[in-house]
Amino acid sequence: MAKQKVVSIEEAMKHCFDGMTIMLPGFVNCGVPQTLIKGLVGAGIKDLNVISNNTSVKGQGIGLLVHDDLIKHITCSHIGSNVETCEKAVNGEINITFVPQGSLCEKVRAGGAGIGGILTPTGVHTPMQDGKQLLEWDNEEGKYKFVEPDEPQKGARFILELPLHADVCFVHAYKADKMGNVVYHRTARNFNQIFATAADFVIVEAENIVEVGELDPDEIMTPGALVDLVVEAEKEVE
Amino acid sequence: MRKPENDREKIACRTAQFFEDGNIVNLGIGMPTQCLDFLPDGIDVWADTENGAIGLAGPPQEGDEFPVDIVDAGGNPSLLRVGGCCFDSFTSFGYIRGGHVDITVLGAYEVDGEGSLANWMIPGKAAAGMGGAMDLVCGSKITIVMSTHTDKKGNPKIVEKTDMPLTGYKVVNYIVTELAVIQITEEGPVLLEIAEDTTVEEVVAKTGAKLIIPEKVGTITF
Repeated sequence: MAKQKVVSIEEAMKHCFDGMTIMLPGFVNCGVPQTLIKGLVGAGIKDLNVISNNTSVKGQGIGLLVHDDLIKHITCSHIGSNVETCEKAVNGEINITFVPQGSLCEKVRAGGAGIGGILTPTGVHTPMQDGKQLLEWDNEEGKYKFVEPDEPQKGARFILELPLHADVCFVHAYKADKMGNVVYHRTARNFNQIFATAADFVIVEAENIVEVGELDPDEIMTPGALVDLVVEAEKEVE
Repeated sequence: MRKPENDREKIACRTAQFFEDGNIVNLGIGMPTQCLDFLPDGIDVWADTENGAIGLAGPPQEGDEFPVDIVDAGGNPSLLRVGGCCFDSFTSFGYIRGGHVDITVLGAYEVDGEGSLANWMIPGKAAAGMGGAMDLVCGSKITIVMSTHTDKKGNPKIVEKTDMPLTGYKVVNYIVTELAVIQITEEGPVLLEIAEDTTVEEVVAKTGAKLIIPEKVGTITF
């Protein structure tokens, strides 16, 4: 018999702790694990290191964590969709590290796939290269060499971006079976699929929880092997 | 196609003339999305959104079924056309960086004669973040900046060399403004076309970068 992973939100929150690094997927307010984030706030978990693409919108999703000052540091690509995060950024009340959106994906993939880092052209000659190692392809020698930012560029240049990994990842699913096999819906998939690969403990909230065997094996987007727990997502009020 | 009525629409309309039938285009939030209102006759493009879809078809209108879980790059609900598809962010940025988007259109704080673009951060001010812009300008086959020719104070937005924090280094191919169409080349920025109601002299005076003026400069037509 397959392990049944469906638990209550309270049970799921026992795996969260102060100071943890947590991956929170979603794009603006689409595909955000709203139920689990509410649970996190309810459980009083604080000092979070958040890895996300943005901070949802004011008063919802990651915006709840911003409002209650529960975030110690956030790695993301954009905060513009949440006016409260922007205000806190202006006042220096939130600690943010920006990462280009595509680099964020690749860093998380590296973290989840056992890869030591990735080389990306994104951000070369921008503030994104500050403090990072740069590699340039030397066509004569047929190999990469490390270069300094102010060296004249002679070949294709890349930033060495390091992996990202988290203690916990929350995921918002359209459907999950009781073994944690997941199907996403439309653009609510966004960062959920890749983030689910790169955390020690993955908790899925699902709009629909179905019996094992009801999902077609080919439709499953995140294998249950990556998922530790499943909770029922609150029904969204339009 | 209707005729453009103001400067913003003229910029969008001229920019849309770069689109070829079947192109996958990524249009930044705001003015760039207006390009879709001015597609030349016979040209159909597929709108890419970096949050994970190709084939966005604009906001739902009265009578449309609400597009649950489909949003554009601004997070606003959007319809998906028949033949459209959805995928995850990793796949999205893979094909963006991998050169599979034909044209990216976005705005600028400043763009320079080498094609370097600054559009995400003003020194001394809190930034909202670059989102997907750095990946898009790095990977797209063609990057077009659409912008007013000067800022609100009348200063050139096209400069010789920008010292603002960059979004991308030598990434821009074309600049479209209400006054001119400029192509960035190895030799420098070339003045391709000017608006009907301006002169080469006026464009040169309002441009911070040294323009290369070909023998024959075209006129922007709609």
